[in-house]
Amino acid sequence: MADVLAFAEQRAGQIGSAAREAVSTAARVASQFGGSAHVVTLGGPGLSEAAGTLGEVGAASVALGEHEALADYNPEGYGRVLADQIAAGDFAAVIIPATTVGKDLAPRVAAMLDVPLASDVTGLEVVDGALSITKPVYSGKAFAHLTIDAAPAMITIRPNVFPVEQHAAQGVVSSFTPEVDPSTWRIRVVERKAAEDGSLDVSEATTVVSGGRGMKEPENWPLLESLRDALGAGAALGASRAVVDAGWRPHGEQVGQTGKTVAPKLYIAVGISGAIQHLAGMRTSQTIVAINRDADAPIFGVADYGIVGDLFEILPRLSEEVASLKAAD
Amino acid sequence: MPQPEYTSLNVTVCVKRVPDTETRIRTDGTGIDPTGVKFIVSPYDEFAIEAALRSKEAAGDGTVSLLSLGEAAAQESLRAGLAMGADSALLLTGEMGMDGLATAKVLASELDGSDSALILFGVKAADDDQQQVGPMVATLLNRPCVTGVASFEVKGDVAVCHRETEGGVEVTEVDLPAVLTITKGEYEPRYASLKGIMAAKRKPLEQKEATSSPARLRVARLSEPPPRAAGRIVGEGPDAVPELLRLLREEANAL
Repeated sequence: MADVLAFAEQRAGQIGSAAREAVSTAARVASQFGGSAHVVTLGGPGLSEAAGTLGEVGAASVALGEHEALADYNPEGYGRVLADQIAAGDFAAVIIPATTVGKDLAPRVAAMLDVPLASDVTGLEVVDGALSITKPVYSGKAFAHLTIDAAPAMITIRPNVFPVEQHAAQGVVSSFTPEVDPSTWRIRVVERKAAEDGSLDVSEATTVVSGGRGMKEPENWPLLESLRDALGAGAALGASRAVVDAGWRPHGEQVGQTGKTVAPKLYIAVGISGAIQHLAGMRTSQTIVAINRDADAPIFGVADYGIVGDLFEILPRLSEEVASLKAAD
Repeated sequence: MPQPEYTSLNVTVCVKRVPDTETRIRTDGTGIDPTGVKFIVSPYDEFAIEAALRSKEAAGDGTVSLLSLGEAAAQESLRAGLAMGADSALLLTGEMGMDGLATAKVLASELDGSDSALILFGVKAADDDQQQVGPMVATLLNRPCVTGVASFEVKGDVAVCHRETEGGVEVTEVDLPAVLTITKGEYEPRYASLKGIMAAKRKPLEQKEATSSPARLRVARLSEPPPRAAGRIVGEGPDAVPELLRLLREEANAL
């Protein structure tokens, strides 16, 4: 019998899908070990209702650390508190979402606990009583199957890859007050600027509409924005490296090597040829659609569905028909 | 305690030699067959070298030192960094696997007591994508660490860092000495000039055996990526749109 711990991050008091995926994955792995899933959530006061909902996705218990100074993520505060929570229990594995916060936090906690870390994992099973861990390496050209000879096994999981499963049981939330002293912190967040138009980040989107050189010029992006808007709330824009380097789009939208890695439910590549650097950032997407005038473009090699042709003719029709489809739902 | 003002800035950049992204990878069980593989400085580490050179230039004086752990052939990567403008390099020869903590321990033992106000890393290595060694080294050295820095500026005894987060930008102030991991941001790496390449040949490049740190995370096996079901061209031009949407909805359940 072995328990598994998940870290469920909150942002502005909300616990997002990446955190739910981590909790559900912890519950699945724990049940394969014959144990149960426990969750740590850290934040400012007033989180107990949000933390309580984690029972529905598999948490047997939630340790909720509330402190004014932890309302926003700061590694100097979160690292020690999470490390102490992990050290106080007996866990076979610790699962953290590979979000910006998780990727920042997990290595520090692993170093504090003196255990190795497997990052941005896409496959996690228990085989013959041991964890079988899989992650893409070499820009997705190979998959590494990892073993960890330490306890707990620290793992960050790629968002959007693991399912959220519904559970009947309610998690029991127990609050604690972490001992933190912000005056000793050597890192201070002086400003947080939300995306100008409040749009969803490409790494969090369930649908991504990405544009490349084939869009010809930045003035043509409203065509992609229309498609994104038609696809609804979970959709975001992405971009190839070429158009970011050309200054057409901000770096925050870049998908691929030297940009972001995404794994949405649906990835639509428009006018993107599909260089290996781009594929590295999106090939674990569940469904890939490519629209390109060149039938030999490498993007069609990873696409599930392709349309060959002039994107300037295809995009308006696509946006229009998606909009009417969504309106009929 | 009064903090130093950095009119002279010493920066150490940790770099990793990785297979070129474009190169074909043949797996041979637990590793890759290096035959015919071209190796490069991991692209994120090039951003870090560029960032180090710019911050030294902004301070007006100082040094940029490179540090790498790997096989003797990694000398080549360090020479490339020296050609960009770094002043000196140290290669710790030894095994470097996927256990980032084992790597971090080796680097931290070398960096313990370093006079560098900044230790920079690429945000991740382009080969194993573990994105962990920088913050681990910082934790072991008890230095603060800011990850995913798109640009920064040294102001007095702090570095003001801009980092991209989900749906926004965060401005973070970190006390020096600090560890930063650098992403692409504004740091398009400079090309090495011919003069730089010539000068690099005379710059100090030291090599010594790394302290050993046993790996507890290992690659049991490398495999081909799971095959994607063969894709299909739905059609040509806008007339293919209705069929695409039907497939996305009914077959892929993606809409």
